[in-house]
Amino acid sequence: MKTKSVWTRKDLLGLEPLTREELELLLATAESFKEVIGRTVKKVPALRGKTIVNLFYEPSTRTRVSFEIAAKRLSADVINIATESSSVRKGETLIDTGRNIEALKVDLIVVRHNCSGAAAMLARHLRASVINAGDGWHEHPTQALLDMFTLKEKLGRLEGIRVSIVGDIAHSRVARSNIWGLTKMGAHVTVCAPPLLVPPGIERMGVHVTSSIEEALDGADAINVLRMQFERDTGEAFPKQLEYFKTYGITVERLKKAKENLLVMHPGPINRGIEMASDVADGVNSVILEQVTNGIAVRMAVLFLVAQANEPEKKSEKKNGTKR
Amino acid sequence: MKILIRQGRVVDPANGIDEVRDVLVDNGVVADSGRQITKDADTVIDAAGKIVIPGIIDMHVHLREPGREDKETVATGTRAALAGGVTTVLAMPNTDPAMDGVENVRRLSDIVGKTAVARVLVSGAMTLGRAGREPVAAKDLKRAGVVALTDDGSSVDDPEVMKAVLQAAKEAKLLVICHCEDRGISGRGVVNLGYMSTRLGLQGIPRQAEVKRVERDIELAGMTGCPIHIAHVSCRESVDLIWRAKEKGMRITAETAPHYFSLTEEALASDHAPHTENEKEIEFDRAEFGVVGLETELAVAITELIEKHVLGWPQVVERLCVGPARVLGYGRGHLKAGAPADIAVVDPAAAWEVTKNGFVSKSRNSAFLGRTLKGRVTHTILDGEVVFARQ
Amino acid sequence: MKEKAKILDSEAVGRTLKRIAHEIIEHNKGTKDLVIVGVRTRGAYLAERLAGLIGEIGGTTPPVGILDITLYRDDLSSIAQQPVVHKTEIDFDIEDKRVILVDDVLYTGRTVRAALDEIIDFGRPQFIQLAVLVDRGHRELPIRADYVGKNIPTSTKETVEVRLAESEGVDEVVVLEKA
Repeated sequence: MKTKSVWTRKDLLGLEPLTREELELLLATAESFKEVIGRTVKKVPALRGKTIVNLFYEPSTRTRVSFEIAAKRLSADVINIATESSSVRKGETLIDTGRNIEALKVDLIVVRHNCSGAAAMLARHLRASVINAGDGWHEHPTQALLDMFTLKEKLGRLEGIRVSIVGDIAHSRVARSNIWGLTKMGAHVTVCAPPLLVPPGIERMGVHVTSSIEEALDGADAINVLRMQFERDTGEAFPKQLEYFKTYGITVERLKKAKENLLVMHPGPINRGIEMASDVADGVNSVILEQVTNGIAVRMAVLFLVAQANEPEKKSEKKNGTKR
Repeated sequence: MKILIRQGRVVDPANGIDEVRDVLVDNGVVADSGRQITKDADTVIDAAGKIVIPGIIDMHVHLREPGREDKETVATGTRAALAGGVTTVLAMPNTDPAMDGVENVRRLSDIVGKTAVARVLVSGAMTLGRAGREPVAAKDLKRAGVVALTDDGSSVDDPEVMKAVLQAAKEAKLLVICHCEDRGISGRGVVNLGYMSTRLGLQGIPRQAEVKRVERDIELAGMTGCPIHIAHVSCRESVDLIWRAKEKGMRITAETAPHYFSLTEEALASDHAPHTENEKEIEFDRAEFGVVGLETELAVAITELIEKHVLGWPQVVERLCVGPARVLGYGRGHLKAGAPADIAVVDPAAAWEVTKNGFVSKSRNSAFLGRTLKGRVTHTILDGEVVFARQ
Repeated sequence: MKEKAKILDSEAVGRTLKRIAHEIIEHNKGTKDLVIVGVRTRGAYLAERLAGLIGEIGGTTPPVGILDITLYRDDLSSIAQQPVVHKTEIDFDIEDKRVILVDDVLYTGRTVRAALDEIIDFGRPQFIQLAVLVDRGHRELPIRADYVGKNIPTSTKETVEVRLAESEGVDEVVVLEKA
């Protein structure tokens, strides 16, 4: 692995602004970290002394815990702020909250928020590093990265592979990030959703669009099944659950018409019986649990690179050159 | 006070003039204009290489007073206007309290009389409290000095109420300015529905929200015979509807704002919408709509239309001065001898960067922050007096 | 940077490594429980070579591990010198083994300190001995090598560069000076 590129961004806000080289660097670094999490002592001192805050305005267990484990394996200290019990309830603005956290001399903030663009806005106003753990419908970069890592690990490459993303594309940040990341790496992406849930102009993001699950499965190397949200209320028409399963659910029957070693992915948590059948979720094609494990390696890589890039240049290094 | 403006390119499309001339201002009016004026003057403005135009008439400005003086006041708003070469503004009525009754209108007129440094025309709301239910007493408002009625900020949803408003406005001989937005369609949208809303993951507003309401208002105007003016037109379909109505002989006029240029309107108005930093520098979904525009509209017109050869100076002046004057039935917007001397002298080549600190307006929420624009007003003359001169 | 002097040529490097291999076997009275762990990148190549030489001389080739110490450095380096994280590959059990840690150049000692921490995170060895091709002085930590190929006193304005066939196509050790 001779990656020559260097990571210079103090934040990770999304995959859209990244170059192919940066994506490759992220994935390569994640590979090294995957080895670390396979050890008995799963800890390295790389971020010792750094403090990372999980600032989650939306409820989440898995992403937050994943980031927490990743941070702790890098020997960083982690603080979790759940906004139900905080000053945000008292009407504090996002920027004020961010600045207050920064004033506590925190190095990194992992933020999840229900407004698109929230992470970017925070990053603009803070010197601390900001990592987007999901902003509205906009992006969820670490999820897409772990999806891509899983695909690369299983299929050996990302260039030229065929990936289909199925579900509520219009409201999915996981879909958007995956589209940016995969297309930049040369994969062919198809999105499949009921017509009302296909956002306008999405073809311009470089994807093929279909409303037929059969078409999405045909010839695909992997299918990424999105969670069908039923707790949102935007006043738009949503298909009923059983109807959705009938038309778009991933079942063993449907998989028979797909490639034998099709990879079945899901960001979790799964609605069994709605977006996929139980026996598919637990079946041989499913790599869902591996995604979760890879999530730790990927998040360790992201935290590490971002923290490095935000480190002020030390005077001693300028004097002596390479230290041995 | 005699002012001689020397050798500027005078663009006065209302009188068919576009050539280098001297303009003499005396006693508050345009006294003379010609190739060479040799008379003496108290003040001489060297306008060589510059453009001399009638003072701009901006028919869509939110002065925010009374009610939100933290965003802007009549004083700061009119000062900002002068810095942008705007000598007359039509103030929007969605203040707090709204301009829905004689007392409120008188209160604003009072403030204008005491603090305005540019000319302010007052518009009235369409319904009481802007609630969309009870039409205002149009004739009373007209007597109190209102020149137009508008629902700007939010359209009147009930077509029966809108019809009643148009009826009353027609009888009172008041212009009606329509803010065309069907909130049933726009809902909680925050940006135009399309590729951008998809890419950014934001709730989009379908074009239909504007188009459907334009359609409705044109229909109601036809039924009542009341002339209407459509504010801030932003899409092609609306423009087509308006054109078709005009071809049928209906009295429909329209304006657009610099932040969404399209080319077939009579008027360019800024929709100057000051907002405090708190209301803008927050999550996109929660931010208030609108941008300030008084100080940049001319420069944007120069940079985007004139420099790019989309329109020439006479056509731009038509839209900034002549068109609005005509729509409002307002006797300015031109430089004929004897006309009140509202004049702006513009350096068309001056390049300047739009910065937060460069604003005269109280608010700085500009769509053009960080951009370099071309064209800057050097002098503004109101009623024959130099009221603004750039240092 | 310009080349100031060539300290070891290809033949000399070969002879030096052979001598170190002999010393390791002699000092440890055989090859029992020996494992060779090299620090990326050149330390790893040298570790492979030493393991091979020890196998030739002593009869058994000890297992070789590769260490990437990026995650154990005592500083998050600035962007200008950002090293890329590569994999650490230790496929055997460290517990109770006799570890020979191998690197190309010993200078401040910070790399070795990081390597020691990382090895110990893998388990508790019997001991760790350090073998380096070059010792150029200027230690910043109390670290010393058990086996040294060549001592090269240098100034801080100089750099010692080890070139190997596996990476640069030729075996040699040169001293470079900042121009």
